[in-house]
Amino acid sequence: MSDLETFRQETRAWLEENCPETMRTPVKSFEDIYNGGRNPEVDHPDQVVWCERMAAKGWTVPMWPKEYGGAALSKEENKILAQEMAAIGARRALDSFGISMLGPALLEFGNEEQKKEHLTKIARGEIRWCQGYSEPNAGSDLASLATKAEDKGDHYLINGQKIWTSYADKADWIFCLVRTDNTGTKHEGISFVLFDMDQPGVTVKPIKLISGNSPFCETFFDDARAEKKNLVGEEGKGWTIAKYLLTHEREMISGMGAAPRKSLGQHAVDIIGADAGGRLASPVLRQNLAQYQLDTLVFGYTMARVGDEAKAGQGLGAASSIFKYYGTELNKRRNELNLAVFGERALGWDGDAYDGGTLTRDWLRSKGNSIEGGTSEVQLNVISKRVLGLPDA
Amino acid sequence: MALVLNEEQVMLRDAAAGFLKEKATVAHLRALRDAGDATGFSPDVWAEMAEMGWAGIAIDEQFGGLGYGYTGLGLVLEQAGRNLSASPLQSTVLVAASVINELASAGQKERLLPGIAAGQALVSLALQEGPHHAPERTQTSAVRDGEDYVISGCKVLVMDAPSAAQFIVIARTSGSAGDTAGLSALLVDADAGGLTVEPRAMVDSRGSGALGLADVRVPAANLLGGEGEAYSGLSRALDIANIGLAAELLGLSAEAFERTVEYLKERKQFGRIIGTFQGLQHRAAELFAELELARSIVLAALQAVDAGQEDLSLIASAAKAKLCEVAQRATNEGIQMHGGIGMTDEHEIGFFIKRARVVQHTFGDYNYHLDRFAQANGY
Repeated sequence: MSDLETFRQETRAWLEENCPETMRTPVKSFEDIYNGGRNPEVDHPDQVVWCERMAAKGWTVPMWPKEYGGAALSKEENKILAQEMAAIGARRALDSFGISMLGPALLEFGNEEQKKEHLTKIARGEIRWCQGYSEPNAGSDLASLATKAEDKGDHYLINGQKIWTSYADKADWIFCLVRTDNTGTKHEGISFVLFDMDQPGVTVKPIKLISGNSPFCETFFDDARAEKKNLVGEEGKGWTIAKYLLTHEREMISGMGAAPRKSLGQHAVDIIGADAGGRLASPVLRQNLAQYQLDTLVFGYTMARVGDEAKAGQGLGAASSIFKYYGTELNKRRNELNLAVFGERALGWDGDAYDGGTLTRDWLRSKGNSIEGGTSEVQLNVISKRVLGLPDA
Repeated sequence: MALVLNEEQVMLRDAAAGFLKEKATVAHLRALRDAGDATGFSPDVWAEMAEMGWAGIAIDEQFGGLGYGYTGLGLVLEQAGRNLSASPLQSTVLVAASVINELASAGQKERLLPGIAAGQALVSLALQEGPHHAPERTQTSAVRDGEDYVISGCKVLVMDAPSAAQFIVIARTSGSAGDTAGLSALLVDADAGGLTVEPRAMVDSRGSGALGLADVRVPAANLLGGEGEAYSGLSRALDIANIGLAAELLGLSAEAFERTVEYLKERKQFGRIIGTFQGLQHRAAELFAELELARSIVLAALQAVDAGQEDLSLIASAAKAKLCEVAQRATNEGIQMHGGIGMTDEHEIGFFIKRARVVQHTFGDYNYHLDRFAQANGY
């Protein structure tokens, strides 16, 4: 038996024994995912059990090095783990911005002490993180951020305001972009610091969105304290880390438009009906659906192609620059088509008749996809300048 | 299968790019057009292409081809699209050879394919009759008479008709317009009695013509496949043909786009390079995104053919519909962003829009294939 086959057998046996039955059901929404933290939101006690067992194996972050709480799995082993989990319908035990965003940045830019301190706590779900990037006057133009960090010897004193901080009201620590120097160009003088949210100088206010939900917050710093040992990378060189992380974020957002099993076109036939030839009885809607489905199919092939090219050692092609833009625009189109297909059923706000207004709220939430993580317009600017080489004004 | 080219394919692509950029360019197409040449391509250049094996690129080695598959042919067609290279690559190599491959008996393949692979036999499919692609509406009739079939009808948009030595005529041996059953494929020599080949000047300046068939008599042995049973094999051959045409449209669109972006970097108005205007930048960036998508579906579709995927209809219609959309946008933007000079015959950008529309139309346009794509998806 090959090593990988042995790994598969062992993984299967371990999962069978350790994954609680209740964790073998799909999550209904983003809110159902276990995020850990000092005061975790627990819908079912098995979430904690499952997370602890997986963390002990290093499988909450399977590919991270063992000394930082991972299992140092190879790509192949990681794929097998994912396949075996999928085979029994096992949920991911833990998901967080620590795993998807700060972790990769610390692995790339953090010093040994920072990695040991923070990565292990992320892996075990002990600390929940949020990202302090955007400010009221630094949205698309993120580099003009003004939150000030004053050097006080062994620590920084932080004053200013962040906005669109995802789940800041639930997070324990923040990774934050601050300005340590005002003298150079706007990209210089930005630093990347980590600090505890549980201190008197930090205030958080949730923002209610048009969808009725509040996934984002305003975060205020009034003489908040960040220890110098928690400066990641060099002082004034935080923009490099910020850009690295933005790429991660854009990949995450562009992956949000995953297609459901039954196609919208088939839902449409169920609801609206078909003519004798099997064509959807609403020809204009049918055309819109087909064009959307065609673009989704072709976008899928493009993500696969870019992945295959990278695997073949051809580097990350220019095509990757379109992911954020195209993926989010597709997701918005899908949500608009949901309204067109489901009609009144996609206009409910609350109650069982409308499944809690899921379709409606998802539709409204999708409008933010082409704003957060760099607007579509900024993405198009990047493509025209960096890829096509069109000149600046 | 990984969506990347292997080393052999990269070499083939680069070789095709190098050759066509020198021997079969837009300037050559213009010269052929201005000379009023009905053939529409240079036989000498075609002989050189055949020498390199391109005529048999997708034909099995047992029939004298290279056996590189359709991915290989697609790469050459993409380069032909970039240069608007005129040759029988589409009519004979892509379309006719595929129809023969799908419908003909082993013996017929042995007689027909080696000549095509050598670049000597020019064969073209005669299918369309009305203003639109609609194979099942075929009315041209073929009636069995002893050892012969007698064919009557009219065909339009027959590629390279003025130079083809043989035609594969799709005719109805039973049923009536609208029936998929009852269609047959018959090989007809260009000099057969009762056949008139009328060269027709089309907007893309390529060789094309209409056929008049007045009681054309061909031996029953010229029937490819079973009598009345051509539809399914023909459909598969047309799926392959549309995927190949999508590859040509990819090259054509990419070239038109790149030329346009270069122009945006040169042209000055209001004292500025017009490429600095965000109104133009965003349109160019959106088109870039669409072209990247187009490249992916073309490669995926070519690989599906080579992998022997049983039903190609969904991916073929996806590829053709997407490339029709992208080619239309790339060529329209090409003219618009070039401004006044883009409207002149002297500038080459106009040649791209002309060829694009003919390729888009051939074997079904955007509307035809988006409709077919929706049907293949159950709505």
